[in-house]
Amino acid sequence: MPNYILNVNGEQVRISADSDTPLLWVLRDELDLVGTKFGCGIAQCGACTVHINGVAARSCQMQVSFLEDTKIVTIEGLSVDGKHPVQEAWKEIDVPQCGYCQTGQIMTAAAFLEENKRPSEIEIRNAMQGNICRCASYNRIEKAVKVASEKIG
Amino acid sequence: MELHKKDNFSRRNFLKTSVLASGGLLIGFNLLIACKPGVQMPVDIDSLNFNDFNAFIKISNEGYVTIFSPNPEIGQGVKTSMPMLIAEELDVDWKNVTVAQGVLDTNNYTRQLAGGSQSIRFGWEALRQTGATAKQMLVNAAALKWNVAASTLKASKGIITNQNGETLGYGEVVKEAAILAVPENVVLKDPKDFTIIGQEIINVDIDKIITGKRLFGIDYKADGMLVATVLRPPSFGQKLKSFDATEAKKVKGVIDVITIGDKARKYLDTGKNNWTVKLSKTDKVVVIAENTWAAMKGKKALSAVWEEDGQLESTEDHEKALTAILDGKNLNINREDGAVENAFATADKVIEKTYHSPFLPHNCMEPMNFYANVTADKIHLVGPVQTPEYAAKVVAALLDFDLDKIHLEMTRMGGGFGRRLYGDFVYEAAEISNLIKKPVKLVSTREDDMTTGIYKPAVKYRIKAALKDGKVTGYHLIEAAIGSNMYGAISNFFPAGCIPNYKVETGNYNSNITTGAWRAPYTNFLAFAEQSFFDELAIELNIDAIQLRLDLLQNVKNTTDERIEYSGQRMEDTIKLVREKANWGTTKEGVYQGFSAYYSHNTHVAEIAEIEIKDGLPIIKKVTVAVDCGIVVNPTGARNQVEGGVLDGIGHAMYSDFSFKDGKPQDQNFDTYRLIRINETPKVDVYFVENNNAPTGLGEPGLPPAGGAVANAINAALGKRIYRQPFVKEFNESSMLS
Repeated sequence: MPNYILNVNGEQVRISADSDTPLLWVLRDELDLVGTKFGCGIAQCGACTVHINGVAARSCQMQVSFLEDTKIVTIEGLSVDGKHPVQEAWKEIDVPQCGYCQTGQIMTAAAFLEENKRPSEIEIRNAMQGNICRCASYNRIEKAVKVASEKIG
Repeated sequence: MELHKKDNFSRRNFLKTSVLASGGLLIGFNLLIACKPGVQMPVDIDSLNFNDFNAFIKISNEGYVTIFSPNPEIGQGVKTSMPMLIAEELDVDWKNVTVAQGVLDTNNYTRQLAGGSQSIRFGWEALRQTGATAKQMLVNAAALKWNVAASTLKASKGIITNQNGETLGYGEVVKEAAILAVPENVVLKDPKDFTIIGQEIINVDIDKIITGKRLFGIDYKADGMLVATVLRPPSFGQKLKSFDATEAKKVKGVIDVITIGDKARKYLDTGKNNWTVKLSKTDKVVVIAENTWAAMKGKKALSAVWEEDGQLESTEDHEKALTAILDGKNLNINREDGAVENAFATADKVIEKTYHSPFLPHNCMEPMNFYANVTADKIHLVGPVQTPEYAAKVVAALLDFDLDKIHLEMTRMGGGFGRRLYGDFVYEAAEISNLIKKPVKLVSTREDDMTTGIYKPAVKYRIKAALKDGKVTGYHLIEAAIGSNMYGAISNFFPAGCIPNYKVETGNYNSNITTGAWRAPYTNFLAFAEQSFFDELAIELNIDAIQLRLDLLQNVKNTTDERIEYSGQRMEDTIKLVREKANWGTTKEGVYQGFSAYYSHNTHVAEIAEIEIKDGLPIIKKVTVAVDCGIVVNPTGARNQVEGGVLDGIGHAMYSDFSFKDGKPQDQNFDTYRLIRINETPKVDVYFVENNNAPTGLGEPGLPPAGGAVANAINAALGKRIYRQPFVKEFNESSMLS
């Protein structure tokens, strides 16, 4: 199997994987970074969201062979201490129910707020609509993104 | 389904203590049954077992408290709220409390089950008694130390104070407390003295969730673990004829391709299976691989030939079959009061409507998965299942093992909604590991998860009402369902007891498409049908929709009928609260309201939806909810459950559909199967009726009224009655955004 050197959470890691392996499974199975979740495998639910060069991306659709020379950040690398403003807001608003989709939600929100520091309600709802929460904690997700934007701005 | 066991809590000998080898006091207790005499307490944390005690409290020498909570957590918040009940009566500072998931040993736990919104209702007495008893032991120990009467001491936030103002921390008396007799008849707090119950306590797993720690079953990993994917028949009514694994075995990382099914068939043939078993008898093809991606790729590379092994049913067949049941005479009478036929014969007017809802998959965000390691002398199982006790028993029977050789650990679950009551994925994982003699994690793809069964049954209701002299004098409801029918007390919910001539009948169509409990089983759609129907009756009778319900509820207030589960008074109070909070009937122009109220899972809920119309389409803006669940243990968790329940109810009523063609599910993944998304959600405002009644559950009751509230608001706005889910099909637009 070919080898690849990836930059994940600021560290160079060498992995061996089939070229078509999605980043999701490299993260979860090879690098033991299980905070990135498997939900649908077809980029419809957002549970596997990571940042690639600062942009939110669905890791289930990103083949490992295209990712050398990119900067990959997962939930484990979003902050050193779990205190990224989005994480703090998620805690303050007590967003999760089952919690499974929330790392993907947080990664989408964090990338979005980098681009748009003072979003309107409608902008938040549009930015987050790619992430499904089956427990439907949507009211709180919306509120938490707003709170996070205030912390950042 | 046995979700509603009414066990009475017995205080006798339910709690025992020991001093831990590492220091600190360990209290073992049993939530629902008394301990057997002579049981031994563990002396170190590693040997905690849940055989005689199903939960533990550790109080360290420093006064820190760890509560080992063994209850399944599927997102309903019990891992936070149940320990709150202990901490309240133990009188410790919540910030000094840690909650740990108890490791479960099979033989070993009793009645851990997440389902039916019953955890808090059952735990309310037992958990508070435990905390209060432990506190009394600590106070008694302090009394001995100071040589004063225990009644002269006060304890609060982990500190015991005597009349001289001297203090002892709980940690300073744990050794002495451990050797004292367990006090009986401790007094519980008056609710007005609660300091933890009623506080906003953040989810105890929040830090792990927001940083992506290993929490869920799919995250589990063990040395030497392989990954398995399972290829099952694409259609219900098929079985495996043959398969070719040549291409699959070429996939890098694929180790082997095998079939399973022998054990399941043998087990099913014994006829001893319980309600959690929904296995099919066909062989299934299993790809064993080094990692998940290889296992998934290998499964895609398989080619299999399937043959007919039963009917290949389509949605059109179901439509006809259910309609035939509604029209037929072969029905079971669930409840009958008065003279229904006569009420209809003498009515001024009879109204009859039929309501339709499809099958629905649960779609937990974490696809079904389980870890199994079957070795010669023991079985280790790890993963997310709502019924661990059944899971262990079935695996024992399946593989002919003694139950005490099975060790089952539960993980946090990425959603349940009823799906994880059924342990098919546990049994498959066990059968695979038994064959390959290696530790293995079975992982479902989303497509596997959505297409291999155990759906909310497709259901139709036909409801008929007799109206006479401006009143509802007769009510006749027929349920036609695929798989199974409404159970237990549902026919004794509203409007039973409110209408003198009342009849509920059910009929069933037996399909090879598997069905099961889906969040708020049966009431999830029954409430929509019934509450839409009453809205229609109110218009027919020219009475305000809320007033009609309040008038009817007067008839049940002083009922002597013990079958009636709901309370006319509590329902009335709940309805009046939502009427006030939503400013019923006084909205600004262009805003339309719809009302709905429903009692289920011991909780009374009333909802008012507000919609606006844009380009002829309804936009749901807000839902106001009033809930009577008794004392609210954890308001933030409680609101979260209700908010989610309402949006889940609206999402499925509005958008979700699931059909079959020749036995094959027509949706496989979220590209065509529609779940509600954030830009489609209204704001949900939740209010609780304040009272001191014992708390009841919240995982389910917020959901049933939601669809009806929206449908009634749509009718108010457009004069358009909706009888069929999903509502979106009634409009010529695929998207309705708010």
